[in-house]
Amino acid sequence: MTDSQASIFTRPEALRDVVTHYCPGCTHGVIHRLVAEVLDELGIRERTLGVAPVGCSVFIYNYINCDFLEAAHGRAPAFATGFKRLRPDMIVFTYQGDGDLASIGMAEIVHAANRGEKFTTIFVNNAVYGMTGGQMAPTTMPNQVTTTCPLGRDVTDVGYPIRMAELLATSRTPGYIERVAVHSPRHIIQAKRAIRKAFTYQKEDRCFSLVEVLSTCPTNWGKTPAEAAQWLNDEMIPYYPLGCFKEPNNEGEG
Amino acid sequence: MARLLMKGNEAIAEAALRAGAKGYFCYPITPQSEVAEYLARRMPEVGGVFLQGESEVAVSNMLFGAASTGKRVFTTSSSPGISLMQEAISYIAGAQLPVVFVNIMRAGPGLGGILPAQSDYFQATKGGGHGDYRVLVLAPSTIQEGADLMMLAFHLADKYRNPVMMIGDGMIGQMMEPVEFPEEYKEPPLPPKDWAATGAKGREALVIKSLFLDPFLLEKNSWVLQEKYEQMKREEVRFELYKVNPQNEILIVAYGTTARICQTAIDELEQEGVSVGLLRPITLFPFPEKQINKEAKKKNIKVVLTIEMSTAQMMEDVEKAVLGAKPVKFFGRTGGIVPSPDEVKEAALKLIKDKTRSARGTKRN
Repeated sequence: MTDSQASIFTRPEALRDVVTHYCPGCTHGVIHRLVAEVLDELGIRERTLGVAPVGCSVFIYNYINCDFLEAAHGRAPAFATGFKRLRPDMIVFTYQGDGDLASIGMAEIVHAANRGEKFTTIFVNNAVYGMTGGQMAPTTMPNQVTTTCPLGRDVTDVGYPIRMAELLATSRTPGYIERVAVHSPRHIIQAKRAIRKAFTYQKEDRCFSLVEVLSTCPTNWGKTPAEAAQWLNDEMIPYYPLGCFKEPNNEGEG
Repeated sequence: MARLLMKGNEAIAEAALRAGAKGYFCYPITPQSEVAEYLARRMPEVGGVFLQGESEVAVSNMLFGAASTGKRVFTTSSSPGISLMQEAISYIAGAQLPVVFVNIMRAGPGLGGILPAQSDYFQATKGGGHGDYRVLVLAPSTIQEGADLMMLAFHLADKYRNPVMMIGDGMIGQMMEPVEFPEEYKEPPLPPKDWAATGAKGREALVIKSLFLDPFLLEKNSWVLQEKYEQMKREEVRFELYKVNPQNEILIVAYGTTARICQTAIDELEQEGVSVGLLRPITLFPFPEKQINKEAKKKNIKVVLTIEMSTAQMMEDVEKAVLGAKPVKFFGRTGGIVPSPDEVKEAALKLIKDKTRSARGTKRN
């Protein structure tokens, strides 16, 4: 991309020109766009395979213009492993929510990361089950009200929210793991940088890469989009600190 | 090629390679772990992928991803492991992907035991996962046949873009027998794999999926699947007859190792002047219904006897095939116990005695 092109805001080739089904104020659309921009910038769209999760973003294949598999709930890392092992020349990414990755798919993501599978995971953490209508997720904040914890998450009953980036960073196997957020322009720019880095590591055949993206769900949080962005900033970031938890050249220090 | 003395599990593994398998994903479980041990060494020699996954759940989902490349991929497991794979098998059937599964069956339910059984008949033939789907089921009775059917399984999986499952009781995996492989595996031509995910270069992006939220589209997909199953019924029924002749009084239906035990019993009964024939299904889905019906209807047949290493599972399909034309009886052992030829003989002789008594007007058993 030349400088003159870069200065013009256009739709990435990897993003289809369609209206999404996401709720107002949901940040899936922003994250989709960042992934699409990176696919374009790295020139890899035509050799990329995405793996869609079960959850709100199951229809990601309607928005990002590359080949896709649609996985069973939580199994996207297994799908990606099988595909990438047989086609190491292709770029493979999974796009998973917190129920998908941190609950039902915990085993698959931990082992894929620990084997050092050379694919990229975009992990969208919005602290709630979105598609099924706002139930408690493993990432739901302490005292956060959801339909299955109507009095708020009681950590003495169901434990504390799982910090996936930190958990995965404990692996001795080289990998790239970073947590970002997308509730403000400054954070979106940082998130883009991390997503680009994750795909670059894969393109260079370096390591497993995962970017945890703190995301909003105004509908299921019962907030306006602006309130949701503020809540993410005030409540989630202190518990889920942003930053890089693992680089492939400092394995074991995570 | 010279005949080799091989263990069933190893012959199955080698056959898969001869058929061009390029990906094998596994999780250890008795009595089939030798397949994994064999392929851990052999797969790299043929430039294929060997991977031991973290669970059968993961392995079967890896197969969905791997099959999406268009390359031939498979796994082997045993009963409790196959239960864990049912999720992915349903997705693979729904998304129309070719994957070969092998179940070297051990006795269940639950953790059960590790000795041979045929108690996963329902799971294999009636669909162990959710939804309107079938898998094509092959059942070898010798190590040679295990190798031959393993190669055929890959062809059929590609032909129908559907999971194919080969089921053998633990004996098929553990026994050693001579086996011969063709110099080169030849198969009829197959359509190009234009459905494979190879990257959206010079074509529209594609999605391999089983989700159809629109009920009319989902129903349409289901009818596409059903049409394939009907085609299987027309084209893929395989069975073998043993000593079926007009003197037979009893028709035995048995598959796998059980059928071989029945052959021994039939030979001995013949020496004793009792004529029994055997119909051995090789495909369990599609089931040789018409052939069983035809043999059962013959005038000389007094009774049809189903023999299994399970508790009258296949018998339901035999009854459906016979359609009430003749009585259908059952004899079986389960829990890991292999029936002896003497037990089979006894079961057959008892039926003949009962029939004779019934002809004299005494109370029918």
